[in-house]
Amino acid sequence: MTSNNKFMTFMIPVFSVFLGLFVGAIIMIISGYNPIEGYAALWRGAFGDAYTIGETIRRTTPLILTGLAIAFAFRTGLFNIGAEGQVIVGWLASVWVGIAIDAPFIIHLPLAILAGAIAGGLWGFVPGLLKAKLGVHEVIVTIMMNYIALHVSNNIIRSVLTDHATKTENIADTASLASDFLSNMTLNSRLHYGILIALFAAVIMWFIIQRTTIGYELKAVGFNKHASKYAGMKVGKNIILSMVIAGGFAGLAGAMEGLGTFGNIHVMSGFTNLGFDGIAVALLGANNPFGVVMAAFLFGTLKEGANEMPTGAGVPTELVDIIIALIIFFVASSYIIRWALLRFKKEGK
Amino acid sequence: MIDLLQSLIPTVLFFSAPLILTALGGVFSERSGVINIGLEGLMVMGAFVGIVFTLTFQDSLGSITPWIAVGVAGIVGGIFAIIHAVASVSFKADQTVSGVAINMLALGVGVYLTKQWYGKGQTDMVDGFFRTDIPILHKIPVIGPIFFEGVYATSYVAIIIAVVAWYVLYKTAFGLRLRAVGEHPMAADTNGISVSKIRYTAVILSGVLGGLGGSVFALTIVSNFSHSTIVGQGFMALAAVIFGKWHPLGAMGAAIFFGFAQSLSISGSSIPFLDGIPQIYLLIAPYVLTILALAGLIGRADAPAANGQPYIKGSR
Repeated sequence: MTSNNKFMTFMIPVFSVFLGLFVGAIIMIISGYNPIEGYAALWRGAFGDAYTIGETIRRTTPLILTGLAIAFAFRTGLFNIGAEGQVIVGWLASVWVGIAIDAPFIIHLPLAILAGAIAGGLWGFVPGLLKAKLGVHEVIVTIMMNYIALHVSNNIIRSVLTDHATKTENIADTASLASDFLSNMTLNSRLHYGILIALFAAVIMWFIIQRTTIGYELKAVGFNKHASKYAGMKVGKNIILSMVIAGGFAGLAGAMEGLGTFGNIHVMSGFTNLGFDGIAVALLGANNPFGVVMAAFLFGTLKEGANEMPTGAGVPTELVDIIIALIIFFVASSYIIRWALLRFKKEGK
Repeated sequence: MIDLLQSLIPTVLFFSAPLILTALGGVFSERSGVINIGLEGLMVMGAFVGIVFTLTFQDSLGSITPWIAVGVAGIVGGIFAIIHAVASVSFKADQTVSGVAINMLALGVGVYLTKQWYGKGQTDMVDGFFRTDIPILHKIPVIGPIFFEGVYATSYVAIIIAVVAWYVLYKTAFGLRLRAVGEHPMAADTNGISVSKIRYTAVILSGVLGGLGGSVFALTIVSNFSHSTIVGQGFMALAAVIFGKWHPLGAMGAAIFFGFAQSLSISGSSIPFLDGIPQIYLLIAPYVLTILALAGLIGRADAPAANGQPYIKGSR
């Protein structure tokens, strides 16, 4: 049974990705494009030269973190749709610290990163608290928190950080994650040290979940709230903690954008979509930290490669969004895929 | 004061019509026990279809085009919602995840087709609905000029549909069954009600209403389709569903209130007693109020009992 389950957790994402790419090819054929040219362009766009490889890794970085943010909360049975807002506040806080404080590199950079994580954590704390104390469903609260984050952050950029400008000044060099070394190595891409932080965060999540009492309790609450309570665990505390840590991961994703990729924050007309893509990442990665890293890399590749598709094969970049949406559907409908695969296996015997 | 109302009320109604329609869709879906985060995507689909239809046929059909376009958008929205129904009812997928996927899919498909058909990321502008005077009613003294002069007819269509939705949900056998399925699917099943049939119908209805809402939004407020035509209106409609406590008329009231907040954030400075309030508070008001409502600070909002749970026959 266990080995069967492990096989399924591995097979369903792989199967879903292939199915998604297959349907993508069909869509290209129907729209009159050549799917081989289309996917070749996607491959070139993601791995064509050192520059695109650098950009692919850069794009993967925040996706790992938002994926972790959603996967971590999932382990406690919570659905964190609020990664989107947590990214924005994390981004804002890290850039704010990056601009406002004057300190040597060794203090400034960690402080700015920490600010991002704390801001994201606070944004996760609110829905966690409401869920723990009042039983309010976290999905709706986090959605609302997303919009509050968007509008409040835009307002702060316009009227506190700048004088009605749409973009802040750049952060001090002492708070920057940008790296001349990485950038030169990849033909001036925007690749920055953030990827190391993202990978480290994945290890942290693995460590918390698998190797600590806190992680054990968080998982237990996710499996069965009532049994955990009966066993003497504080369910409410664990729910809040889970949301705060999840928010912290998402806040870090924002800090990666603020301190690494852009070096500033701009007024946003809509969401970054990092949080929503994180849902896809967590789902495909089966809420496992290493699965999340791989899934983030896949989506980073698809999204970066998509940029080459219009010029290389005439295919609109949105094809990749359609493919990602389909992959989510397939993974989410695993009930039916599981059933089909089992059926198939049985008949094979 | 009358001048003020006369400028404010049509604007409020104008902003709230799409929210009312979409929120009603949310009410149907959620009352049957299917969470619908995908309202945003359904609106995107509606907006896309509404604009494309109007662009294609406005020369041959003339001024009636927007009305037909809205109808077609409703139908396509309903068909599109079947994906959500299949995933969340038949395949027992996590309904929130499926809704998120609907949002991504709608935007992807909409912009993909726009680029393919028009060769650019956004469509041309269309002639959508225009402000009109409602016949006869606008002649009523005082009330007439405030409510019925220079308004969009769509606003009143939305309000009428809300009343119809209330009637359907609370006064018909179908409505009773739908609510029963949302509260206790097993009990409903035992009484011979097909849970999946009701849930399919409800989700498709939410698609129709979401499609109507999206197309009305596009044809009255934005006039073209691009990736930024619908940004958050679907989620605001979802907020209206909850703030209105899953009741059609409540959702309508909440939608009108949110429409009010939206129109104030755009034209707030012209109103004497509100000009001191920074725009930011009006922008976030709908969301903050929804959280407060959920937290029980503004009356308790309880979701239908079986909301979000796939029904698997024979399981407890």
